[in-house]
Amino acid sequence: MKKVERSSDVLAAAALLFVVFLFIMPDTARGHAYPDHADPKVGSTISVAPTRVRIWFDSALEPVFSTIMVHNADGRMVDKGDGHVDASDPTLLEISLPPLPPGTYRVIWNVVARDTHRTMGNYVFTIK
Amino acid sequence: MMWLRRAIGFTLIAMIAATTPAISYAHGVAGQRFFPTTFAVDDPFISDEFSVLYNSITMNDEAGRARIRTTLLDVGYSKRVVPNFGIEVDEGYQRLRTDGAGTVSGFGNLGVNVKYQLYTSAEHETILSVGVSDEIGDTGNRNVGSDSFSTISPDFYFGKGFGDLPDSVGLLRPLAVTGVLGLNFPSRPQTVMVNGQTGELDTARNPTTLTWAFTVQYSLMYLQSAVKDVGLGVPFNRMVAVVEFPMETCLNGACKRQTTGTVNPGLAWIGKYTELGIAAEIPMNPRSGAGTGVFVLFHLFIDDLFPKSIGSPIFP
Repeated sequence: MKKVERSSDVLAAAALLFVVFLFIMPDTARGHAYPDHADPKVGSTISVAPTRVRIWFDSALEPVFSTIMVHNADGRMVDKGDGHVDASDPTLLEISLPPLPPGTYRVIWNVVARDTHRTMGNYVFTIK
Repeated sequence: MMWLRRAIGFTLIAMIAATTPAISYAHGVAGQRFFPTTFAVDDPFISDEFSVLYNSITMNDEAGRARIRTTLLDVGYSKRVVPNFGIEVDEGYQRLRTDGAGTVSGFGNLGVNVKYQLYTSAEHETILSVGVSDEIGDTGNRNVGSDSFSTISPDFYFGKGFGDLPDSVGLLRPLAVTGVLGLNFPSRPQTVMVNGQTGELDTARNPTTLTWAFTVQYSLMYLQSAVKDVGLGVPFNRMVAVVEFPMETCLNGACKRQTTGTVNPGLAWIGKYTELGIAAEIPMNPRSGAGTGVFVLFHLFIDDLFPKSIGSPIFP
């Protein structure tokens, strides 16, 4: 039984040291980037056409590899094609819009976080 | 010197992991879907991760009385060798407290699993994997029921998110299912033991069993970021509700056609580097347990913590 207890202690100590090591030695890069919130809000119905779409992520983005588009219900691109990561806030991805008529629009994003992890997604909003 | 072998093995794994090159890939992600690690049902993906799982439940003895309290602390580490192929190692320390008969404790058999993620569809939020796991016989303590023989299990894993459903049923899009189908073959068809009361030799057939385990998940994270912003704040905006159904059916021997399993409703919270989870464990029949048990999961995403070093595949 002593051997069992000793091996238990060794494994527990090894696991504890490993966890401590993990927490004190993280790389400087952040993890996957996922949307935190957006404007217009995900799935929202709004009465005034927005002039731009903005998505705030939970991690800094790589500007060169991060894209955003807005399509109408027919799948045609309706944005101004100037999607970019904000220079002063690397978690913000935005794109400008021309005046849009009522309808349902899909925002399609594809981003790479600073750690090179790629994530993608889409959501809709409706102008009534 | 089993403890020394384990300590050396653990150190070697850590050293191999620490010397891997600096490129990283996503884990558990198919398109917009993030599949969380679950409690008793193995993940359909391969990743770089470290996990600690606590489990406690009361079991019935052979006479059907609820009197064996089992407590398990399982530690696992998985490492990608190449982006879609990896190896997992896990070891559990178990304590059995039997009413009127004291407590025994010790390690279970060492588990090793290789897994190949053969298909990932971003559009359909689908992951398919195949793998082989081996619970290596005679590496654990017999007092806690560790087998003297190995159990080899070829497995098929799947994960499917329903984000490709139409917007008209948008509130169903955060749903996902994952699961495992596998056969568990004992390396020895039978085990011969000395009967403690009669002194005679008893022969017990080691059965082949079928694992059929699945989970149903509803991701509040997905709801909030892809379907409708319902105003969920921290921590609910990063939660996934999970119900697990880990089942095992005996295919031959004395237990033929008998099924054991539990229903495990729980919650997982997904952080940047960690996942925390808690679930109840409800036995589906007396063979599976005597009362509601509990799972507690602590999980580290090594590929997020160290994306440019130990968190990337050995051969990217």
